[in-house]
Formats: sequence, structure tokens, C-alpha cells
Amino acid sequence: MTQEMIESAAAPRGAASAFLELRDLKVHFPTDDGLVKSVDGLSFQLEKGKTLGIVGESGSGKSVTSLAILGLHKGTRAHLSGEVWLDGTELIGASKEEVRKLRGSKMAMIFQDPLSALHPYFTIGSQIAEAYRIHNDVSRKAARARAVEMLERVGIPTPDKRVDDYPHQFSGGMRQRAMIAMSLSCNPELLIADEPTTALDVTVQAQILDLLRDLQKEFGSAIIMITHDLGVVAEFVDDLLVMYGGKCVEYGTVNEVFYEPQHPYTWGLLSSVTRLDRVREDRLKPIAGSPPSLINVPNGCAFHPRCPYEPQTGGKGSTVVPELVDAGKGHLVRCHLSAKERQDIFLKQVKPTL
Amino acid sequence: MGRFVIRRLLGVVVLMFIVSAATFAVFFLGPKFVGADVARNFCGRVCNEQSLVEVKAKLGLDKPIYDQYGAYVKGIFVGRTFGSGETARDCPVPCLGYSFKTDLPVWNQMTDRLPVTFSLAIGAGLIWLVSGVAVGILSALRRGTLFDRAAMSVALAGVSLPVYFTGLVALSVFSYKFKWFVNVHYSGFTDNPAEWAKNLVLPWICLAFLYAATYARLTRANMLETMGEDYIRTARAKGLPEKVVIRKHGFRAALTPIVTIFGLDLGGLLGGAILTESVFGFPGVGKLAVDAIGQQDLPVILGVTLFAGFFIVMANLIVDVLYAYVDPRVRYS
Repeated sequence: MTQEMIESAAAPRGAASAFLELRDLKVHFPTDDGLVKSVDGLSFQLEKGKTLGIVGESGSGKSVTSLAILGLHKGTRAHLSGEVWLDGTELIGASKEEVRKLRGSKMAMIFQDPLSALHPYFTIGSQIAEAYRIHNDVSRKAARARAVEMLERVGIPTPDKRVDDYPHQFSGGMRQRAMIAMSLSCNPELLIADEPTTALDVTVQAQILDLLRDLQKEFGSAIIMITHDLGVVAEFVDDLLVMYGGKCVEYGTVNEVFYEPQHPYTWGLLSSVTRLDRVREDRLKPIAGSPPSLINVPNGCAFHPRCPYEPQTGGKGSTVVPELVDAGKGHLVRCHLSAKERQDIFLKQVKPTL
Repeated sequence: MGRFVIRRLLGVVVLMFIVSAATFAVFFLGPKFVGADVARNFCGRVCNEQSLVEVKAKLGLDKPIYDQYGAYVKGIFVGRTFGSGETARDCPVPCLGYSFKTDLPVWNQMTDRLPVTFSLAIGAGLIWLVSGVAVGILSALRRGTLFDRAAMSVALAGVSLPVYFTGLVALSVFSYKFKWFVNVHYSGFTDNPAEWAKNLVLPWICLAFLYAATYARLTRANMLETMGEDYIRTARAKGLPEKVVIRKHGFRAALTPIVTIFGLDLGGLLGGAILTESVFGFPGVGKLAVDAIGQQDLPVILGVTLFAGFFIVMANLIVDVLYAYVDPRVRYS
């Protein structure tokens, strides 16, 4: 993402050049208590073969974003605006039917918690075969063979037998593999993985990530990895987008964001990671306070009530929404502090504790 | 699965023993506690000590209660003989005794009336299942619309209005005023199927209305819950057309609890749709029970209770077995 692109978000131009491009995506839900701004002006680009990580606390809009890309908010009460371009097609304005045909074939999603995301009454094989048959005109037999093939590819032992098992007969890791097999059955070019490893133990987590990486190499898919696990992020992604209160607060390559984080919220996130390779200090440093209510997002910078550096903004923090600006080489940050202030604070106060 | 069924069948036998013993105790032992004498009801207008003893002997009420129960159970499995010498009469298996009032075998009385109750219950069952589920699904899919609100209001009325109200209203409007269904009475299916169906229309609708209302509300609630499940989102994410999502993924899961309840409701009704049969004057098992209770005809009451109990217990068993097929997570061993 470049400065030019940020400007373009305000004045949309023609078709996007990137494989996936979001321009000023907004997803608002009208409720009895007020308007919930789950995603409020999100823009990014993603090329094929690359992986974008989206991190943020629960309720920061990560999952809502992915559902919006897939068009799963269509027909609900959600208000969508902005643009989502996938390989030259704009999806927000496209018809339900158009997006449905892309869903599962061109873009697919791996959901978290595969036990509840898989239908309990149908066999694993039939659920995979179903996904394949919607988009490919093949016989039941061929679809079943495809299901076995996919299960084998994701490393399920004796796939020709397990294909007839029900989800409850699979272990947690196997269910997640089956979920991945289902998502990949039509070779999607965009894969959105929503906390694919959250429910799994660490060894299985690593296997799943390896699997995704291999599959990405094989098919050259673009992957969006939604997670709140910074370990997974460091392992897996190329670019990282930090979300807070429905907005992007920092964006950059994973190295930039990890080694030269710019936003106080990112500092907080990084400080709250356990480090086994460091001397045990007295305590972890959690971010004070709790995530904002999306109905009543704080005025100004959404993070300001929790931000220890808010006094340095001279009152701007609680009144003006900061712009997303380029802090150099496409590393974007949404903060009122000047580049110099951030540099000083980071080097003197934050870095020594990381 | 086979072992499960056998175990459950044994359970059914045990349960039926308990039901019969309890019913027997209530009706044969109960009156003694309040100083009433069942035999007195059946010894005619001029009742003296002499005739009372005779009646008791004839009805078998002179023996100790456990003997009476023993003879009753024996009768069911191997048959029994009432009286002795000249007046002896055989009661073949399965013997549920003779009616105190009409002297007819209870078993035959009930089997004569079963077709009426079956016709009523099964016909109404199909109507309420189809209409209730259909309305429930449409309501769920059009939640908050005028259709939904209207349907749920009607359903609320259906749940609240008893059959003896809807039945009488239906009779007065469609039978007496508009004369669409004149002289509603039960006529055998084998005699004239068209006549059979025509006479059953009003009872079916009245009985079904009550249940359909419950089923509509239940289906709507289930459907709403199911359509919010994660696997529905997955089905949509696959790119399935919404129709398939609803029909295959949503409906399938929402229907499972309905099947259970349908089995139990139908089982309960096969033991007699008491109110509907009474309102329309259909000679079903329920009507038999009502008449028997009015006349303190103990063997008939006992017989009907056992019948009803049997159907409920069997319905439970069938539902449990079916459940294993409907929900793959349920496996009996």
C-alpha cells in the first residue's frame, strides 16, 4: 500500500491492478442500541502468492472484513460500502449470484472452530464433495475421488476410509485439515484463514501452517491470515495489518511492524507477548483498559483512552481521527504523534522491554 | 444396535408391568381406601348382601387383590377362564377381562375401536406435521414480516384454543350452517374410503390445528437457531445457492427434534384422542375410556390405560432408534 493508494481511497478510480484490493471498505450494522461500525474504512492490496496477516483484538473487525470479502453479509442487515476488487471484478456492487459463484471457487475461507463449522449430519467426504460439485460439473463418483485426494493432500491417513467419517469422529487437528481440504477443493486463488490454528495444540498448529505454506507454493494463492497469535504472524505472513476499532492502525511488512513498530497499540501488542528466550521479568505488560465498544467508538483516535502517550497529542487524540500516513517505504501508521516522537518513545521506552 | 433394541424392549416389558400394577392398584385398591365398593355399582337397583356377594364372585372381586392382579397378568399372556362349571367362559389370549358393564371382552372392544383412533391420529398427524413445519420454516425465513407475525398469532391462538372449542365451532359453522359436512360420524375406511375421508376432515383439522400451532412455533425456533449456526455459514462460503443451504443444511438439522416430538405426540394420540373423539362422537379408544370412566368400568379403564401406555412407550423406543439414523453422533451400544 502506498501513499497514492490511500489518497485513492477517498476518490475511487477504475479497476484495481492488484489481485485483491479493498478500498475504503465499511461494514456497519444498525442495531437497537445504535450503529455498530465493525469495519470503518479499510483499504489494502494483496498480490497472488503473498500472505497478509490481520491482527487485532476480538471485535476489531477482522472476521467481519473476511466475511465482507466473501460477500456473506449480502442479504443481511449489514450496510456495506466501499469497494472490494478481486482479480478485476468488483464484489460489493456485484449481484448476489455473481459473488456466490466466486465463493468457494475463486475465493475460499477456512473457518476457526471446525467442529461447529462442519455440518454434524453429513460425512466429511460428502461435505468436501459438495463444495467441489457446486463449481465443477462432475459425477458424484468423481467428486468423491476428489474428496479422497484432498484429504490425502492435507495429510489425513487412510483417506479412502476416513472420507466416510462424520466430523465428530475426527480429532480437532484432523477436522481443521478437513476444513482446509474443503476450502482448497476448487483451488481457490484467494484463501482467507480465520484463526485456523487457534483451537489446536502447538505441534498440530505447526503442521497446519506448513500445510498452508506448501499449498500456497503449489497453487500460488493469495492468503489472508486472520489471527491474534503473533507467533503465527512472525512465521507465516509477508505483510501485516493491525486493526483497532474497525480501522487499520498500522500496516507494513512483517519485519517493519515487528522491528520498527510505529503505533502505540502495536507496541502494546508486542509487549504482551511471552518471550521464553528472555530473562523472566516480573510481569507481562498487558494493554490497559479493554477494546472499545463499536457502537460508541471513542472520539478522535479510537485508541486514545488506552494510550499512555495521549497527553502528548495536545488534545488532538480525543478530538481528531488521525489519518493513515506513510512513515516511510509504505509502512503506514494512524497516529497523532510525530515520527520523531514515536521514534524517541519506541527506542527509549518500548524497545528495551520487548 | 440390535442389543440396544433388545435391552429397550425388555425395558418396555418392565415398564408395562409397572404401569399395569400401578393402574390396577389405583382402580381396584383405591376405592377401598375411601370406603367405596366397586361391586355395588354393578349389582343392580335392588342390591342386597346376597346379590352383592354374587356380583363380587362373578367379577372376581372377592379374591385378594394380588390374586386378582396375578390372574389379570396371566390372562394377558396365557388366557384365563372366568367363573366355573356351567357359567365358565374362556377368555383367549390376550385377555384383558370382560367389561363390567357390557360383558364384552375388553380386548375386542378396543381392537374394534382402534381403526377409528388410528384414522384420526395418523391423518391429523400428517396434516399438522406438514402444515406446522411448512409454516414454521416460512416464518423463520421471513422473520419479522407480516406473514411471520400473522402466522405466529394464529399459532398462538391454536395453542390456546382447546379442541372442544374449535371442534364445536367447526361443527356449528361447517356442518350446521354451511352444510358442507352433514352428520359427521365415523364410517369405516374399507366400506367407503371417500365417505371415511369426508367425515374425518373436520376432526382432522381441529386436532391438527392444535398440534400444528405448536409445531409451527417449534420449527420456527429451531430453524432460526440452525440458520445461525457456523455450518450454515460454511455452506454459504462454499458457494451453495441459498435454496440448497436452507433445504439441505438448515432444514435437515432443524427437523431432527421435530421428528422426536412427532413420534411422541403420535404415540400419545394412538392411545385415544379423548377430546376430539368425544366432541365429534367418534367411537374411538378415547371415547371408550371416557365412557368407561363414567361407568367405573374398571377392566376397560385398565385396558385403555395399558394400551395408551404401550403406544407411548413404543413411540419412545421407535424415536430413539430413529434418532440414531437421523443424527450420526448418536450411536447406541
